[in-house]
Amino acid sequence: MFESLSDRFDGIFTRLRGKGRLSDADVDEVLREIRLALLEADVNLSVVKALQARIRERAIGEDLSRSLNPALQVKKIVLEELTETLGGETLRITYASKPPTVVLMAGLQGSGKTTNSAKLARWFKGQGRNPMLVGADLQRPAAVQQLRTLAAQIDVPVYSATDEVVASGSGDPVDVARGAVAEARRLGRDVLIVDTAGRLAIDAELMDQVRQISAEVSPDYTFLVVDAMTGQDAVGVAESFHATLELDGVILTKLDGDARGGAALSVKEVVGRPIAFASTGEKLEDFDLFHPDRLAGRILGEGDLATLIEKAEEAFEQDQAEEAAARLMGGTFTFEDFLDQMQALKKMGPLSGVMSMLPGVPKEVRDVEIDDRQIARVEGIIKSMTMAERVKPEIIDSSRRDRIAMGSGTSATDVTQLVNQFKQMRQMMQQMGGNKLAKRKAKKSKKGRKGGGRVTPKGPVQLDKKAFALPTLEEMEAQIPGRGGPGAGLGLPD
Amino acid sequence: MELVIVIATVVAILAVAAGVLLVRRSDRGEVLEPPPGTTRPRQVGVRETAADELDGPEIEVVDPISVVLPPEIVITGPELTAEEEAANIAAAEAAELDGELEALLEQERPSFRDRLSRARSAFSGYVGSVLSRTGIDDESWDELEEALIRADVGMAPTQELLDAVRATVKERGITTSVELIEAVKDEMKARLAGPVSLARADSPPSIWLFVGVNGVGKTTTIGKVGRRLTDAGDTVVMAAGDTFRAAAAEQLETWADRCGAQLVRGTEGGDPSSVIFDAIASAAAKGADVVLADTAGRLHTKTNLMEELSKVRRVADKGDGTVTEVLLVLDATTGQNGLQQARQFTEATEVTGVVLTKLDGSAKGGIVFSIRSELGIPVKLVGLGEGAEDLVDFDAEQFVDALFDQN
Repeated sequence: MFESLSDRFDGIFTRLRGKGRLSDADVDEVLREIRLALLEADVNLSVVKALQARIRERAIGEDLSRSLNPALQVKKIVLEELTETLGGETLRITYASKPPTVVLMAGLQGSGKTTNSAKLARWFKGQGRNPMLVGADLQRPAAVQQLRTLAAQIDVPVYSATDEVVASGSGDPVDVARGAVAEARRLGRDVLIVDTAGRLAIDAELMDQVRQISAEVSPDYTFLVVDAMTGQDAVGVAESFHATLELDGVILTKLDGDARGGAALSVKEVVGRPIAFASTGEKLEDFDLFHPDRLAGRILGEGDLATLIEKAEEAFEQDQAEEAAARLMGGTFTFEDFLDQMQALKKMGPLSGVMSMLPGVPKEVRDVEIDDRQIARVEGIIKSMTMAERVKPEIIDSSRRDRIAMGSGTSATDVTQLVNQFKQMRQMMQQMGGNKLAKRKAKKSKKGRKGGGRVTPKGPVQLDKKAFALPTLEEMEAQIPGRGGPGAGLGLPD
Repeated sequence: MELVIVIATVVAILAVAAGVLLVRRSDRGEVLEPPPGTTRPRQVGVRETAADELDGPEIEVVDPISVVLPPEIVITGPELTAEEEAANIAAAEAAELDGELEALLEQERPSFRDRLSRARSAFSGYVGSVLSRTGIDDESWDELEEALIRADVGMAPTQELLDAVRATVKERGITTSVELIEAVKDEMKARLAGPVSLARADSPPSIWLFVGVNGVGKTTTIGKVGRRLTDAGDTVVMAAGDTFRAAAAEQLETWADRCGAQLVRGTEGGDPSSVIFDAIASAAAKGADVVLADTAGRLHTKTNLMEELSKVRRVADKGDGTVTEVLLVLDATTGQNGLQQARQFTEATEVTGVVLTKLDGSAKGGIVFSIRSELGIPVKLVGLGEGAEDLVDFDAEQFVDALFDQN
């Protein structure tokens, strides 16, 4: 799996610790890692170079000698730089003095123009407007029909080719566009959203067509619809569309995937227009204003806590989750809880993806390739247990164990291992929960605790550990009793 | 695999998620309402997954012949004028007409190489730069690296590729830039070479399943493949397995009409597995040669949708035909995420080949290198446009040569 920027920095900064001011060579090394991280995230190479230059200036300027954690500081610089590049001014929609306010949607094939035209219409409705949609994609079979179906869900009318134009044998999008504005005025619609056909930026003929469409409708806003998983090509495409149409903003789509989204950064950098909206799903309501800071973190693979929270809120039954959390910390977490919450967890997407959203997860844990099928095996075992066994795994004797093994298609050893490890983990989480409370109260360094705070001349540094900080693998290891016991042979990876 | 790591991970995430919710709630200090909209009434086209999942499919045999009309669309705003109504019909007819016109205007199609060459200027800019210097220096390597990265080959595969070339350069004592470029080309071609034929079953029908994320060109590709097959004299059945997207079946219907294939569809929002199963049954009954099964675009991060796809595959396997190809349709503009897509789709359905679409654009599609080297999945077909003829067999030689073309 990809490495986050933190991971990349880990190695370098351990070596550089205590060095004080970083030399030019050190900074170069750090910049190389940043370059790798950004390229992996699909940020365009030219944009990466420009960013490197800016980050370099800031990094050299910073006095990292006083920093407790220079890696963190550089990372902060990078995040800030990205957020600034992605953000800047937010797009404010100003409505035309003479309605309708015209919005033109343009972009490559498959970027999501039609779906997002409907989403935008819904958004405008939410703003108290009266939008109308224009089906000017006469190229793709059933494109207009798709738009009509979506529009029907939100009670927005759709205008498309008139029968006279079509009868002449040429369904011309430019003509459709022309008629649409007049129709909008006639119907008293104050926002007009024009969906166009997807087109290649290098297709001179089609780019000319969209220029003509634009000339016909004189859009107040022209949005380039960009797929979040686009690679290096994003820049060329954006430049071409910008040169032809003069874009006002960008709509970034399919952000509900796990693409890092570097294309957005590239487009913003090169075109200089704000990313206005973010589309995060296939439903019409999966559409909102864009958050630059979230994407910045995502590009760096730094974990997107806000999105994790949203996903968790969607996936987990709030009350259930709270009770489960309480039981977890209290040591009374059962297999039943585990099973329930695992089902919810599955809704959040592949485990590896969810893991990558967690900040502060130790690299060792994240690096382990977790096959979601392993989870299914664990689930299978638990499902073969009776309720009594799930709530009180202590009652599982050899005959129960064999039954469970047979029912789940696993071995008795597997079942034993699961039960033992679960118990140990439960105990550990309980102790962990207790420990953290004690730590916070005591504000003292515990003897032998790893990853603890530093002692500066002014006394122990108060650690800003959040409520949900995860223990390091070493801490976890230290807590498992009897490593040579039932878990023997399983030894944790180095 | 270490069971304890699995548990630790899951527990950790649960702890975080639950803990996070706790923190949120205590911050707000009040009973939280479910987020607005969670109790929406069911809308047309809203995707819900079947709860029955793994307990074997519930097959609803849908009458393939009857054209199932989408439910009446009611617009409660200002009414559609008769104009608009007619316009919709007219537009559909126009699109059909376009198809016919296209056939009439059949020009000599430019070759694969020509079409790719159109877009190669940026890439060949670097190559040109390398060639302008007769010798090989550090800059040559840097420029080659840049060229490959810009082609979406990816940092790690690029390094690996160039390291291999470095070894070759040393071995063969290469000193000129022209030879260097040839060495790079050779290395790339070697890595991409592979089988491109689409597998058939011993006895018909063969089933080819088309999968991929949203917007890559699955339906259009099926249209092209259908055309190719019918031109060669095969009987084709198309299964409208995208039961989610608005007007998806209509879109496929247009393509079926264009090449004379039979279309099997179900109701919008229905079960894709049953549509495909039914199409297979129909094909078997008629003695058709190939079933081309469309599926809804889905992001590989959506576990429930990927499970649905696995079910589609399983059900298809149970039908009266053989699934001989699962083609991952991949957009050439896709960046590094393409590899993850390939991984997840392979896990769900055992992908046998890639169709690389939209290669007539400026994107180079370099991600196919990783997909080939890490997953062993070959590119079989290439899409070069939106027309029914715009499909070619993947040719590693031509692909790489065109990449380096100097015009």
